[in-house]
Amino acid sequence: MIVIRVRGRLSGRLHPRVLAVGTACVLLTTGVGVLAIGHGDYPMSPADVLRTLTGGGTAAEEFIVTQLRLPRLVTGLAVGTALGLAGAVFQALVRNPLGSPDMLGFTQGAATGALVVVAVGGSSAALSGSAALGGVMTGLLIYLVAWRRGVHGYRLVLVGIGTSAILTGVNGYLLTRVPLMSASRAMLWLTGSLDGRGWSDAAPLLTALAVLVPTLLACAPALRMTELGDDAASGLGVDVHRLRMLLLTGAVLLVALSAAAAGPVPFVALTAPHLARRLTRAPGVTLLPAAAIGALITVAADQLALHALPGQLPVGVVTGVIGGGYLVWLLATERRAGRL
Amino acid sequence: MSTSRLGGDGLRLAYDRRVVAQNLTVAVPDNSFTVIIGPNACGKSTLLRALSRLLKPAAGAVLLDGTNIHRLAARSVARTLGLLPQSPTAPDGIAVAELVARGRYPHQGLLRQWSPDDERIVAESMAATGVDDLADRLVDELSGGQRQRVWLAMALAQQTPLLLLDEPTTYLDIAHQIEVLDLCARLHEEQGRTLVAVLHDLNHAARYATHLIAMRGGRVVAAGEPRRIVTAELVEEVFGLPCRVIDDPETGTPLVIPAARVRAGTVVR
Repeated sequence: MIVIRVRGRLSGRLHPRVLAVGTACVLLTTGVGVLAIGHGDYPMSPADVLRTLTGGGTAAEEFIVTQLRLPRLVTGLAVGTALGLAGAVFQALVRNPLGSPDMLGFTQGAATGALVVVAVGGSSAALSGSAALGGVMTGLLIYLVAWRRGVHGYRLVLVGIGTSAILTGVNGYLLTRVPLMSASRAMLWLTGSLDGRGWSDAAPLLTALAVLVPTLLACAPALRMTELGDDAASGLGVDVHRLRMLLLTGAVLLVALSAAAAGPVPFVALTAPHLARRLTRAPGVTLLPAAAIGALITVAADQLALHALPGQLPVGVVTGVIGGGYLVWLLATERRAGRL
Repeated sequence: MSTSRLGGDGLRLAYDRRVVAQNLTVAVPDNSFTVIIGPNACGKSTLLRALSRLLKPAAGAVLLDGTNIHRLAARSVARTLGLLPQSPTAPDGIAVAELVARGRYPHQGLLRQWSPDDERIVAESMAATGVDDLADRLVDELSGGQRQRVWLAMALAQQTPLLLLDEPTTYLDIAHQIEVLDLCARLHEEQGRTLVAVLHDLNHAARYATHLIAMRGGRVVAAGEPRRIVTAELVEEVFGLPCRVIDDPETGTPLVIPAARVRAGTVVR
């Protein structure tokens, strides 16, 4: 434990491993980011990239970096951060390692919103807005069904799975109703992709992150108390119901807006908090490391999909395959260790 | 009449529509070790939940220092009144010192997360409950009795003048039960805290309590010093158990001996 104290006003404690994992994530993400900006039809060396980013590039380099490649990278970072953070919040809220937005139906809700726009034909801005709305509406529905009379994590997971199944059916129906061209556009969106993302795609999510990251991090100490059980947390002075409402709202907004920005990128929200916990070995909730790992794996997966694998795959294919594989491996090994 | 910082007035306690207690009035005498006893489903845990602000009464009010406890902020209540619930859960992989440190939560702020006071009080609480040499051990690895002492240390670190304990001896073997109750009695005597506990074992209650509240069917049948109120008639009325009450040869407190109806396989007439 590292103890930090500044003139009796500011004080805190930190697990050394949390600090190490956080630093490693930031460094790795920066590295991947610089390589990502340099990679493409017009290759740039890391030195050129850094020079351009600090304002010393030619007009052409400036255009390629700030208008073509940086928006995609920033969108990826924002989506990963949002999903990692939201995933950690959900898992802590429902006290279940499967409590991720993929499992609880928020992702499917966002997809329904997007498919409705594809079916009736609309701009990509309308598609994003509708996806966000779909995610938020699903959150509201789940709240009304499972939440109001005191929350039980298990019930929330079951209601989420039910909702998710219904919405998958609705989505399948919508897909069969649209023309072939629209269906392929829809399928690309449904996989989760960062292709052709510009600043306007990232802006709503970035705004939300600016507000929600500090808010959720400020809730982290109280959230940590709820791990002791609702009664013990209340005894320690946590207003459990209000805390849950705040966290649920924040996490649903993050998931909905990240789906609006890049489609439902699968498994990041499920995998990032698990990875964070294993790497930091800190007991309980680890919001910031989960957010950092979310950002790293999303951006790394996008680069992998774009350059290392044939056929310029959308990022969701890679996170789905790797995330799903990781989950199976996790369950197999945890089972052997007798912990899950 | 002794003073009382915590009590309930005209409480109606209910879960949804199921009413557990009506018109219940109780007072916890200051500096007492109050024990609430009664048969299963008599409402004793429900009363403790109401006193600790977990359950909002359908009518009446729980008063803490003269103010309705539901008018007070959760955090300010937590600085006066601590609670150890029946089965709290320890997060996976948490060390003893870290769990005890969580008791400091109501005293911490967003920027003030770990003051020198926090550090000192956590160390003192672990020493008071005899878990200081377990500080770096994982809670999962401890025995039931050790674990309960760790939870008590966490509640102590909260530094509240009032401490509520919901069945602190459940799931412990007899030696650990006595260990935990001895510890509670010592905390009450040495630190002058007011303790309120729900206990199952009437003899434990009679031995350790300075003030006893006996409940049945959602109402208080008797309240007072155990030596004064624990009689064969009261036990029969509260638990429906015929018995004799003798002096505990160790402490002189009342000791309840259930009447023999079966002895080694034969029915006694």
